[in-house]
Amino acid sequence: MTRESTAAVSTEAPPVSPGLPASTKETIRLDGATVRLAGDSGDGMQVVGGQFTNTSALHGNDVATFPDFPAEIRAPRGTLAGVSGYQVQFASRDIFTPGDTLQALVAMNPAALVTNVGDLEKGGILIVNDESFKAKDLKLARLETNPLEDGTVDDYRVIKVRLDTLNREAVREVEGLSSKLQDRCKNFFALGLIYWLFGRGIEPTLRFVREKFGNKPEVAAANEKALRAGWYYGETTEAFDHSYQVEPARLAPGTYRNVIGNQALAWGLVTAAKLSGKELYIGSYPITPASPVLEELSALKHFGVRTVQAEDEIAAICSAIGAAFGGAMAVTSSSGPGIALKGEAMGLGMILELPMLVINIQRGGPSTGLPTKTEQSDLLQAMFGRNGESPLPIIAARSPSDCFEVALEAWRIATRFMTPVILLSDGYIANGSEPWEIPNMDDLPRISVEHPAPQANGKPFLPYERNERLARPWALPGTPGMMHRVGGLEKEDVTGNVSYDPENHQHMTNVRAERVARIADDIPLQAVDGPPRGKLLVLSWGGTFGACTSAVEECRAGGLSVAHAHLRYLNPFPANLGEVLAAYDRILVPELNTGQLRMLVQSRFLRECVGLNKVKGKPFTVSDVVFKTRELVA
Amino acid sequence: MSYSRLESWWRRVALGQQETEADGDAPVALAEPPDTAARGPAPVALAEPPPGNGGGAAAGHPGRDGAAALAEPPPGNGGGRPVEADVAAEAAAPVKLPVLKAADFASDQDVRWCPGCGDYAILAQMKKMLPSLGVPRENIVFISGIGCSSRFPYYMNTYGIHSIHGRAPAFATGLKAARPDLMVWVITGDGDGLSIGGNHLMHAIRRNLDVNIVLFNNRIYGLTKGQYSPTSPLGKKTKTSPMGAIDNPLHPLSIAIGCEATFVARSIDTHIKHLEKVLRRAAEHRGTAFVEVYQNCNVFNDNAWQYASDRRTKSEHTIELEHGAPLVFGHDRQKGIRLNGLEPEVVALGNGTTEAGLLVHDEKASEPSLAYLLSRLRHEDGFPEPIGVFRAIDAPRYEEELAAQVASARARSGGGDLNALFNSGETWTVS
Ligand code: SF4
Repeated sequence: MTRESTAAVSTEAPPVSPGLPASTKETIRLDGATVRLAGDSGDGMQVVGGQFTNTSALHGNDVATFPDFPAEIRAPRGTLAGVSGYQVQFASRDIFTPGDTLQALVAMNPAALVTNVGDLEKGGILIVNDESFKAKDLKLARLETNPLEDGTVDDYRVIKVRLDTLNREAVREVEGLSSKLQDRCKNFFALGLIYWLFGRGIEPTLRFVREKFGNKPEVAAANEKALRAGWYYGETTEAFDHSYQVEPARLAPGTYRNVIGNQALAWGLVTAAKLSGKELYIGSYPITPASPVLEELSALKHFGVRTVQAEDEIAAICSAIGAAFGGAMAVTSSSGPGIALKGEAMGLGMILELPMLVINIQRGGPSTGLPTKTEQSDLLQAMFGRNGESPLPIIAARSPSDCFEVALEAWRIATRFMTPVILLSDGYIANGSEPWEIPNMDDLPRISVEHPAPQANGKPFLPYERNERLARPWALPGTPGMMHRVGGLEKEDVTGNVSYDPENHQHMTNVRAERVARIADDIPLQAVDGPPRGKLLVLSWGGTFGACTSAVEECRAGGLSVAHAHLRYLNPFPANLGEVLAAYDRILVPELNTGQLRMLVQSRFLRECVGLNKVKGKPFTVSDVVFKTRELVA
Repeated sequence: MSYSRLESWWRRVALGQQETEADGDAPVALAEPPDTAARGPAPVALAEPPPGNGGGAAAGHPGRDGAAALAEPPPGNGGGRPVEADVAAEAAAPVKLPVLKAADFASDQDVRWCPGCGDYAILAQMKKMLPSLGVPRENIVFISGIGCSSRFPYYMNTYGIHSIHGRAPAFATGLKAARPDLMVWVITGDGDGLSIGGNHLMHAIRRNLDVNIVLFNNRIYGLTKGQYSPTSPLGKKTKTSPMGAIDNPLHPLSIAIGCEATFVARSIDTHIKHLEKVLRRAAEHRGTAFVEVYQNCNVFNDNAWQYASDRRTKSEHTIELEHGAPLVFGHDRQKGIRLNGLEPEVVALGNGTTEAGLLVHDEKASEPSLAYLLSRLRHEDGFPEPIGVFRAIDAPRYEEELAAQVASARARSGGGDLNALFNSGETWTVS
């Protein structure tokens, strides 16, 4: 989408925001726009980015976001390393990604300008705080020349705002505020300005400010003043002779809210517990970007959630296995490095055949890698990251709101097949947000869980006697007559006693693999979007869903014959995947790794695939995928 | 539950007749999610139903269906605690405890420790002690890590998990947090508990979950065939320390007390009466009970504790702690321990030196320093090593605090309405 191609001059005034007059300037209607707010990690860009998203969602737009921040909480001020950005695409149509190029960029300092301006489209709006381009600011950003003067910004519509001064003037009257606290309202001034620019109301943010700073009324008042002043600045400055308007999207009827991926995941877990008549137990250790799952659940104790912040990653999963043995819905959540530590315990969970969820919010690796950046490079770890033959089912979320559904589905599989299930998300969808059609609990299917009743026939209970799905019974401590011991030593078929018998080990290894393989009969067949056979299939998984969907749509709109299949189930694959692949001449597998799904697909189906691989800590842009797709079908 | 029903439930348990009309072998499906709201804020953690039960049948045992009331553990006892005190408080009538015997706690598995291993004695005392607690077998879970001692759960006819190396306290933490109604034992060793699992041991103790941790200390790695362990003395020659160990040894009780353990005790595998008593005290303690047992590995480290276990020398080399009593030891009880400033010293009694000047043991002292001092009395420094209960104080238990938070969150915010959660904050409707 470009502004030029879709802009239509409108004579209508934008909707009036309560407390503000209507803009008197001309309005240009767009079908969507992408905005990025960039500043120092202490500038509060994530907060105002989140606000812009929420307000746009409430305005009825479809939204997709990409928060991008450094691993350091407060990297040295003003440096390139300390730049934090929040990108949001909002549109009057369905969108799947936070946008490739920006129509507007707010840069709070030189470092934010030079690291982000490359993503701004030519002629795009660049709002800068020109009071932060002094010699010392340039020095902090290690710049020899001032980017506002050396030609860097020549291609853009630069709006220089004396943000420091204007903000201070706006909040001056608020009593009891230090100058440091005054300056911290700058982000709300900038937010007010882009609210004006895109015809957004300020009311949702006023509610947020009042609630968040309820016990600090002076801070609330100052932020409110800064927000209003920013809006009025847009209205009065001569730099803008028109504003923009993006109409509500035509979403399916229903009630919506904005959800962040990790929040949707946490809610999905609580919901799965409720639907299965279980109480939720989560044992986790703080790690970026998974901590919000533990944080969110810690605040939901009134749903019976028991959260244990364990002493380390190993204890976290071990405690979850303990809780699973006791009959809880047990979960542990982490990211790649933590999952590496959990490997041995995952193997135990596998051989104990207890249901539980192991959640990996993937981040850039290897080792500590890029903690705050996204990647999909833990798929093979999920497949093989344990000693011995220890297959586990793997299921991956594709978008922020999909995290909710995936949590339910993962727990359904775990309990039906008595196995730990690995749930993969990634930093991009975990921190990203999008509108979510709110479900009704009454409409969600129950997850049926069974436990053997007590027995008093004096016979020993047989913990490894299996049903038609090869699942063993989940007998709980406290049940008379069912006392049994489980452990990590190889167990004898049926009795579960320790066994070193060679034939038994072969048999048990086969059965454990077969049990996971049979999940394929219990999950939907792989759906394909586009022609059922043809030249090219784009095969994606996880958080690249949005970019691949948009790219394939764009290619098809341009007359190319391309199909798209997005995998939710990575182990086992859907039963028809082989047939699906066979129907296309070529297969393109875009992944944020060096080719992990491609390796699995190639080895499983002996089908050569083309990779599109990127490990830059950033999601695919739509054009990344479009470019490669065109290359393959042209 | 009425008293007579409680009694009849126990009798049936004892006779292996727990089956009731409603019981069958068919699994019970949880068709309905639990009505969590109806349960209300649980007053105490121990009274919470097992989560696996789904709460559908009040506080009954999983799948017990119509027999829920009968299967309910004694109030406040939760089935995971020794019953005497609770039941006595509930009714004046004498209680008939289930007539379980030590043999009822034996599983059908062959015990595979080396002949002569000290582990046998500990297993025997555990099986002997447990019936006296009156806790049904199905409410007991033994969790172990890896090592010779960690085979223990396989030999008990209770629930059990033979987990992974060093992590048993972490499994116990999750199980106890999710199921406060169960009695949970952790069986570990010096390598399992203090080396690979040191971190988990420390954190389990500081959380003060109501679990009992028994550390079999044989000062060697047995299962891997004789490498030095974190409790091996300096200079110990083993396959991996042919020139003598140069790692300073750890002292289990000093560590436990350093983590502010609420119950700390020590016993000796061969000292069977004492061992049984210590295990019972541990079981009765509410909070983490940490017990070190001097255990002889006759294959790889024979006689490591001979000074303390040999009938002829043990009274000279150990000192039996007794709450409120002065620290006296020796063949004819003619020696004692007193404090000289902050230093302990051994004194001979008589010739004007009386028990009056001796250190008096106070296991209830909230200040752990004296208990720590006792844990540092070492044979090699010329002291008798204390056995018995070093410390037994009452402090909040993690699982109860956690359950109380859940209960108070429920009291504050209601039972948890997911539709309300989904619709909280800002929403919009598309028609
Ligand atoms: S090796 Fe030592 S500790 Fe292990 S079973 Fe044999 S005697 Fe016991």
